[in-house]
Order: sequence, then C-alpha cells, then structure tokens
Amino acid sequence: MSVDKDTVNKIARLSRIAISDAEADKMVGELNGILAWVEQLGEVDVTGVEPMTAVIPNKLRLRDDVVTDGDVRDKVLANAPAKEGSFFGVPKVIE
Amino acid sequence: MTELTKLGVAAIREGVSSGAFTAVEVATAFNANVANAKALNAFIVETPEKAIDAAQAVDGDRAAGKPLGKMAGVPIGMKDLFCTQGVQTTAASHILEGFVPTYESTVSANLWKAGAGMLGKLNMDQFAMGSSNETSYFGNVISPWRRNDGSNAALAPGGSSGGSSSAIAARLCPAATGTDTGGSIRQPAAFVGISGIKPTYGRCSRWGVVAFASSLDQAGPMARDVRDCAIMLEAMAGFDPKDSTSLDLPVPAWEASLNSDLKGKRIGIPREYRLDGIDEDIAKMWDNGIAWLKDAGAEIVDISLPHTKYALPAYYIIAPAEASSNLARYDGVRFGLRDLPEGAGLQDMYAATRAAGFGEEVRRRIMIGTYVLSAGFYDAYYTQAQKVRALIARDFDNAWASCDLILAPTAPSAAFGLGEKNADPLSMYLNDVFAVPASLAGLPAMSVPGGLSKEGLPLGLQIIGKALDEQAVLNAGLAIEQRSGFTAEAKKWW
Repeated sequence: MSVDKDTVNKIARLSRIAISDAEADKMVGELNGILAWVEQLGEVDVTGVEPMTAVIPNKLRLRDDVVTDGDVRDKVLANAPAKEGSFFGVPKVIE
Repeated sequence: MTELTKLGVAAIREGVSSGAFTAVEVATAFNANVANAKALNAFIVETPEKAIDAAQAVDGDRAAGKPLGKMAGVPIGMKDLFCTQGVQTTAASHILEGFVPTYESTVSANLWKAGAGMLGKLNMDQFAMGSSNETSYFGNVISPWRRNDGSNAALAPGGSSGGSSSAIAARLCPAATGTDTGGSIRQPAAFVGISGIKPTYGRCSRWGVVAFASSLDQAGPMARDVRDCAIMLEAMAGFDPKDSTSLDLPVPAWEASLNSDLKGKRIGIPREYRLDGIDEDIAKMWDNGIAWLKDAGAEIVDISLPHTKYALPAYYIIAPAEASSNLARYDGVRFGLRDLPEGAGLQDMYAATRAAGFGEEVRRRIMIGTYVLSAGFYDAYYTQAQKVRALIARDFDNAWASCDLILAPTAPSAAFGLGEKNADPLSMYLNDVFAVPASLAGLPAMSVPGGLSKEGLPLGLQIIGKALDEQAVLNAGLAIEQRSGFTAEAKKWW
C-alpha cells in the first residue's frame, strides 16, 4: 500500500495538523518509505495468534466508587492559553 | 577533600550520612558544573535552588538524627518528560513551552521523598521521539565524548534521554531519570559509557510522565555504575494506584541483593542479533562480554529469537499509533501553545496550533499513527503489528526454557555524529534494532559499558532478563562491570 498526496492531506486533516503543499509533497515520499518498510510484517504467519494487549499479565483494578479528586478548578485552568473567568476560552463555534 | 562531582550515588549518600561532607556541599559542586556546561545544552531549565533546598533538608534531618532516605543528599537531573510541580515541563516541545505543572509525577515525587534534589530539567528528543537528541525544540544536546582522530565533530549523546546521558558522562549530575519506549535509556547510556536500566513494564508509575506510547513507556535510572542504578531504581519504583498498569508488587531490595556470582545462570546469545555486516568493534565487545560472564560462573547457550527482524517494523506501527492517540490532547485549549490565525474557527485553531507546536519528527509519527489506525487500514497495519508483537514476546518465553538472561549489544554502532543520520528517518530508526524487542515484550533490560571502539568511543552491552527479574539483570551487569575495567572518561572541552 502506498499513499498519494490526497491521502497525505487527508491524514493531516484527521491529525488536525495544518500542512503546506510543499510539506505534503515531502511527506508523500517519507510516509511511503516507512510504509514500504513496515509492509514486511505481512510475511509473518500469524494464524491463530491473538493481538497483544498487555505485555505483563495484569488485571485491571476497580477502585471504590467514591470521589477522590476535584475542587481544583484553578489548578485545571492554571495553564490555559486563553481562559475567560472560570472557563476555557475558544473561538466562536456556533453561528 | 574528595572532588565531590567525581562521586556516584552510593558514595554521596555514604559521605553525607557519615558526615564526611554535607549535602549542601555536594549540591553546590554539581550546580557549578551544570552552570559551566552550557556548551553541552543538556538542561532546558536549571534549578540550582531546588538542589540546595533538598540538600538543606537532608543536612537538617541528619543533624536532627532522623533516618535518611535511599537517595539522601544526591542531586539528580530530571528528564523533561516528568511533570515537576512549579517547574516548566515541556517534553522538549514548543507546544508545551511555558507549561508549569500544578502536580508532581509519582516517580519524581518518590525520588524527592528518598532525599534526592533536582539540579534541573534535562533536554531530550521531543516527546521522546528520536535516537540522537536532534528533535528537541530547545536544540541538540552534545555528547561530551569526541572521537580520537583529532576531529572535533559533535557527537550524538543518543536519545531520547540524551540530556540525561550527556549530563552524567560530563559529571553534571551523578545520576538522572530516563524513560525508555524503544531503547531511550539503554542506547544513550551505551553512547556515553554509563549504565542504565529499563525495568519491567509497570515497575515505575507512568503517572505524571508525558505520554508517548503508553504500552511501552517505562521510566528507569541512568547512573555511573550498576549499584547506583539499583539504588535509584528502588527509589523510583513502586505500586501507584493512579497508573492503571502499575504492578501491585513490593519493590525488591535490589541493592542489598546485588551478587556478581553467576554460577548456575545460563546466558542466552541470540543468533539473530549477529547481523550480517555487524560492526567489528561491536562483535568483539560482545565476545568479551560472553567471556566475562563465563568467568563469573555463567553457562553460555545459543538461543534463537526468530521474529527479531520484525520487531522494528512492528514498533514503528505500534508506537506512532499510540502517540497519535496520546498527543491528541494538545489542542491549544487547555494548556500549552495556542496558535489562532486571524478569523480562524476552532478546527483551524487546532490545526494551526499543532502545526506550529510539534516538530517535524513528531508530526511525522502522529501522521503515520493516524494512518495505520484509520478505517480500512487498522487490521492490515495495527492488528497485524500487535500479533507480531505477541510472537516477539513468545520468542522470549520460549528462550527462557533454555536460558535465564540474554546478552547482546545495546546498539549496532558507537555514537554517530550529529546530522549524520538525519536525511532518512529509516536509518535513524534502525539504530534501535537491538533495543526494541525487549521493549515490545515489556522485559527488564540494562546497558553497561563494554569497551571502546577504534575511534575511542564507548560501546554498551545489553542484558535482557525475564519479567520482574531485574535482580538477575543487575547482577549480570555487575559481573560485567567488575571485569570490563571500563574507566574511560570524556576529556573536558566544554
């Protein structure tokens, strides 16, 4: 499988990363180089093999259903690039 | 008086607790070395006052007769991937420039509790993506080492923990934290002639560590010798309910149990690691390592890890996939950089922010990850890679039937020059060929110095152990350390 420029632009859109035309051109070659290289995984016989989900057997814990955190609004907002009052500020999203 | 910056973790702790010198004297000496080594660019932020504060607390505790911690009086460098309350944490990225955490990572908190102090935040490859420390937004870290050919070519300190390796090798700190996703502790340790261990996945909490690839990311210590690594790992490790993959197990007494007598241990030599065209110096060092372990009483056995050649391509699907998901959080809304072009809406703001805030390699990996997870390609790439990963882990399980540890080189070459491997991302990726399999299988693995190349540069030997058997890894590391006679140091030019 290989990607063309349209695909690269689509991936960039899905990734929410703005790219210029020149960057997209360069990325076509780079991604195709990497994809051609990982393609060799296709030759491995994986019949009956379950995809790995955890490297070390470990069962997920459940904790008590109680509040353990909160009341830290100012801390949550401390690094916001554009806070407004006690909210995160964003550009207008509704017309 | 002893030159304090020549001392390692154990010697500093010993001297502070016996009263031979004070923790403040130690911190002051290392602060001076840090301040005088700007040419290495190992630190993004220096925190001399933090080092002094922690040292004063330790000296105070000693004067009051209180018990001292495992790292009492030891000033360390903190990789900039660990969130430190009140101190900028960037993962060496522009998108997190100016981010000041309001919380402390579990690993760093554990270290401060054990009596360590912070000299500063160490430079690294951006979001830990790189093997040469050339992807940092804050500039390349330079290795203190130079080739013996009279050239002054700037060499890579390895990556992604390149600030950590450079700082320790240049004696700016006796030890530092590292993180290892696909070799990021071991390869930089090998490049500068120090030791470093990636413990079993889940030993060290990931809470408060900027995420790269969560199923692989694991913190560990980097230091001048094996004992220092054991001490620091004890201080870093432990169960943390805030990390869902943290192992709920007691922390073993690794330091107290160190023993370099390897009688009864079987060391596997994986034939697939003996690549065609293997570097002559690397092959020779590996043979020396085999002889040293034999001398320590171990039995050497030939083993096969048949899926080795597929580890790197599997890694370069799995790690970018996880990264593309983890790095979705950088949106210009809640923290970090925001780039809002005139008249832009929310979607344009996301795209502009991420284009401006992520470096080239990070953007490349996010896009690869997005692609392999996208509809229509998920099974062909991601599911296939996770199946191959299961086979790689199975290779190790099968090997443990005939051996207890595995010995291999850490990296396929000595340190390369900055800029030498930049043209093609693939050639850089290939540098992690020996490191990645143990990462994919979550196994403990360590690099210790194994000798020098013809150019006079350090080479590392890697020991891989069974899950949870850090002790055997450390013991074999110690056996090598006692026999390699490695005392070479970078000659000061900075």
